[in-house]
Amino acid sequence: MSELKEIIISSDKIHTDQYLVNMGPQHPSTHGVLRLLVQLEGEIVHHIQPHVGYIHSGIEKMCEAISYPQIIHLTDRMDYLSAHMNNEAVALCVENALQVEVPDRVKYIRTIMDELSRLASHQLWWCVMGMDLGALTTFFYGLRDREHILDIFEETCGARLTVNYNVPGGLMFDIHPNFQKRVKDFLKEFKKKLPEYDQLLSDNVIFRERTNNIGYLSLEDAISWGVTGPSGRGSGFSCDVRKHEPYSAYPLVQFQEKLDTKGDSFTRYKLRIDEMWESIRIIEQLIDNIPEGDYAVKMKGVIKLPEGEFYQRVETARGEFGVYIISDGKKNPYRVKFRSPGFSNLFALNKMAAGHKIADLVAIMSTLDLVIPDIDR
Amino acid sequence: MNAIFEYFGTIFKGVKTLLTGMKITGKYVFTPWKHVTQQYPENRETLKMFDRYRGEVIMPHNENNEHLCTGCGICELNCPNGSIEIISKMVVSEDGKKKRAIDQHIYHLGMCTFCNLCVKACPTGAIVMGQNFEHAVWDRSKLTKVLNQPGSKIAQGVKE
Repeated sequence: MSELKEIIISSDKIHTDQYLVNMGPQHPSTHGVLRLLVQLEGEIVHHIQPHVGYIHSGIEKMCEAISYPQIIHLTDRMDYLSAHMNNEAVALCVENALQVEVPDRVKYIRTIMDELSRLASHQLWWCVMGMDLGALTTFFYGLRDREHILDIFEETCGARLTVNYNVPGGLMFDIHPNFQKRVKDFLKEFKKKLPEYDQLLSDNVIFRERTNNIGYLSLEDAISWGVTGPSGRGSGFSCDVRKHEPYSAYPLVQFQEKLDTKGDSFTRYKLRIDEMWESIRIIEQLIDNIPEGDYAVKMKGVIKLPEGEFYQRVETARGEFGVYIISDGKKNPYRVKFRSPGFSNLFALNKMAAGHKIADLVAIMSTLDLVIPDIDR
Repeated sequence: MNAIFEYFGTIFKGVKTLLTGMKITGKYVFTPWKHVTQQYPENRETLKMFDRYRGEVIMPHNENNEHLCTGCGICELNCPNGSIEIISKMVVSEDGKKKRAIDQHIYHLGMCTFCNLCVKACPTGAIVMGQNFEHAVWDRSKLTKVLNQPGSKIAQGVKE
């Protein structure tokens, strides 16, 4: 009897109300192989420890063994939804190191392609966000509109995702004769479709309840964790590289950097929808004015960068993407480092989701728009 | 009293937004011609990929079983993954000179990332990207292909 009493007393002392749950690596809402070690008390999330590296492919190390034009095709495979921007970052870095000025035509086409892929990326994010919260309709509607952009990519670049289109010195091909017509048709169509997105999901009461005032991220946390892109701008962190350090044709176009200070899930959602409108605006300014000229500068057969360190950053659909190349004068880089937006954004998840329910964790993760190969590279 | 109004107000609002969404889905139910879905395996006869679509590397041959490849190996150098292997041989041409020619242009489809660098680098335009995308095979060894056809030779007038 006394033994039983002892057990009962000691079980009181054991801390039993918190437990650890593995979310992933095969959880459907992690969109890939991301493992979150979630510390729970009942349904309330206390702490999240992300574990990355399940599809680490060593792209940075592989880059040390290949030449600069060959690096491009690996950057496609990191953040596959912003392949054009990733390609452009490497291409710009190499061009700046060699002090090559690309023709205006290249700059215009690059910018249009960037914005088209931003649209495609946000469309996929939108449909997946709905799906994570249980609205399967959005998944089909988003993919339907994205299909038109992928067709444009396929016709001009030859591939849908792994485009490999921006090369050091210009573009892989000139644009297809149908390109401008197709883009204009798409924009005309999509401007009618985008308000439907609001009607389907943004104004839905259930969706609003699940995102409003959920997953707050303060401006200080956003800056100290390096959260960039629409996720950072939702907290009031003005971090748009297109505005602050313009590249390609961005200095020539009028657009707004969408900012909000509320910092919750719905703000991050709303900013991405607003960014789609801005992307449409940018493309409309450029599509009719593509100047004539060459689509590439003639580069040497073997590109060798001068000795030194080079950095270039661009704005992908997820945030700031940076390429850091250390060159020792050979045809291969000595070291390449990619600053991927997904990696930094992921680790702010703990700040956002702590204190919320585990079902909200899925919603918060969706608003970060994670792409796992971008995190693991 | 206010609580009751709020309660019924929320329900009403919920139903209203639900109906807004269902209006859109209903619109597409009755306009099936706006769909973009392709019936893929059924439309294989009529399915045409875009001209630039990168499905595989092929080496076009003309009617005399001649190709344009000189066996220079530039594509092999430009390939990032080592999916191209060039095995060259020495042939004696009609005027008695020894000349390098292609013996086997081996292409490992399983390693290829379809980056287009080999096609872009080829000085004679001997290899191009084909549009075939149905690459599923039962055995991995079938993914290794020899691009030049047996008995083929280089076309007249191709400069080295």
